[in-house]
Amino acid sequence: MIRLTTPKFRDCDVTDEAAYLNRRQLIAGAAMGAGLGLAGPAFAAPEGLEPNSFEDITNYNNYYEFGTGKRDPAEYAHALTTEPWTVKIDGMVDKPGDYQFEDILSNAQIEERIYRLRCVEAWSMVIPWNGFTLASLLDRVGVQSGAKYVAFETATRPDEMPGLRYPVLNWPYREGLRLDEAMHPLTLIATGLYGKELPNQNGAPLRLVVPWKYGFKGIKSIVRITLQEDEPFTSWNDANAGEYGFYSNVNPNVDHPRWSQATERVIGAGLFGSRRETEMFNGYGEEVAQLYDGMDLSENF
Amino acid sequence: MIAERINKGTRKVPAWPIYILGALPPLWLIWQGFTGGLGVDPVKEMEHQMGLWGLWLLIAGLCITPLQRFAGIRLIKYRRAIGLLAFFYILLHLLIWLVLDVQIPSQIIADIYKRPYITVGMAAFVLLIPLALTSNNWSIRKLGARWRQLHKLVYVIVPLGGVHFLMLVRGFQIEPLIYLAAIAVLLALRIRLPRRKRPATTG
Repeated sequence: MIRLTTPKFRDCDVTDEAAYLNRRQLIAGAAMGAGLGLAGPAFAAPEGLEPNSFEDITNYNNYYEFGTGKRDPAEYAHALTTEPWTVKIDGMVDKPGDYQFEDILSNAQIEERIYRLRCVEAWSMVIPWNGFTLASLLDRVGVQSGAKYVAFETATRPDEMPGLRYPVLNWPYREGLRLDEAMHPLTLIATGLYGKELPNQNGAPLRLVVPWKYGFKGIKSIVRITLQEDEPFTSWNDANAGEYGFYSNVNPNVDHPRWSQATERVIGAGLFGSRRETEMFNGYGEEVAQLYDGMDLSENF
Repeated sequence: MIAERINKGTRKVPAWPIYILGALPPLWLIWQGFTGGLGVDPVKEMEHQMGLWGLWLLIAGLCITPLQRFAGIRLIKYRRAIGLLAFFYILLHLLIWLVLDVQIPSQIIADIYKRPYITVGMAAFVLLIPLALTSNNWSIRKLGARWRQLHKLVYVIVPLGGVHFLMLVRGFQIEPLIYLAAIAVLLALRIRLPRRKRPATTG
């Protein structure tokens, strides 16, 4: 059995505040140690991020291949076979091919990143991911000049995914990033959470995490990564271009046509938990705002 | 006949237990909400469940007349209880949205104006108010023929409720479409085609 993650702490440490603070320092240290050349505290995640419980994170999921209910993925995703798992990496790369998940993982440097996940449905939770930067994977396969975008695709297994029976979206689920977004050090391929293997309902065995974008950009159970020149097809944009743009950066000033994005419900806050104000770029503006210099973000939403 | 048996069976069953039974789902939701039984997002779950129960009851209310006309099953004495219960569930649905979900008054007002699915839902609720207020014997006597006309508002309210649900789901989803289809059928059954006059037969 291959270890999918290198947990620095056991589960029992997780809720312990001292361990939590200690771990934060380790992450910052590890990130700086990796020589990513950022000044100051690396990946200054918005302060005071208190992770949601493992229970919250694994029982409230949007993974429509297993049903549109928030609890459907937790109920049905166990049927997904994640071993063996192959990721086809193709398009404008030096080393295209079918990569075994184990092979990807054994070459990856696993870090822990505590990110707030802001769903387009105006709720948020905080998740301690384990994973590696997408940049490190792309560097390994060699991105050719001329590639401008990265396209991703989720597995389609009608026998394992009951939600595929319904044409909720144009399956397979597809997502995409601009190359500079993909190469950004905050952009993560997650393979675990809370130091455990990534649960199926959260997108096992590997999924994308882009903390300054709405959650649906974080495509799950990736089977294909394609480097290309043209802007990729993205599923929600295809379903409703007026509601879901290609960029889908978290932006409290650009409302979803059907609801406000100015505030978000905090998952796990209970019956009388209050809303919080949504932050521009989900609080990661310092790190990513320059990616969009000169762009009208209400046009390119 | 099934219809006869039902009619006979319900003769002795009054309508008032419906109100007592009807109090159980909200109480159960509150209990579950406080004890963690509604999962990770209890507010959304309560809000959604109350809306759904309200819509089901509105649809159930629309079933009474066709059941009588086409199947001979008489359930009319339960209709007021079903309708009032639908109103209370939808009122709770609205209160949960106001107090526990959105919370911020300025955003509530903005949502009602700016969000079509909320506008539609609010319109349905506002139209339900006079129906709930006149669901009593005194009003029936007082309003006379106008009572029947007023209560034909349900033909507008129930579709609005169904559309409200359809508008808030993301992607193409079956459930709200099933409800809308049921509502369409139940309304279509009420259309009385003008009776064709039989040609006078001579000899």
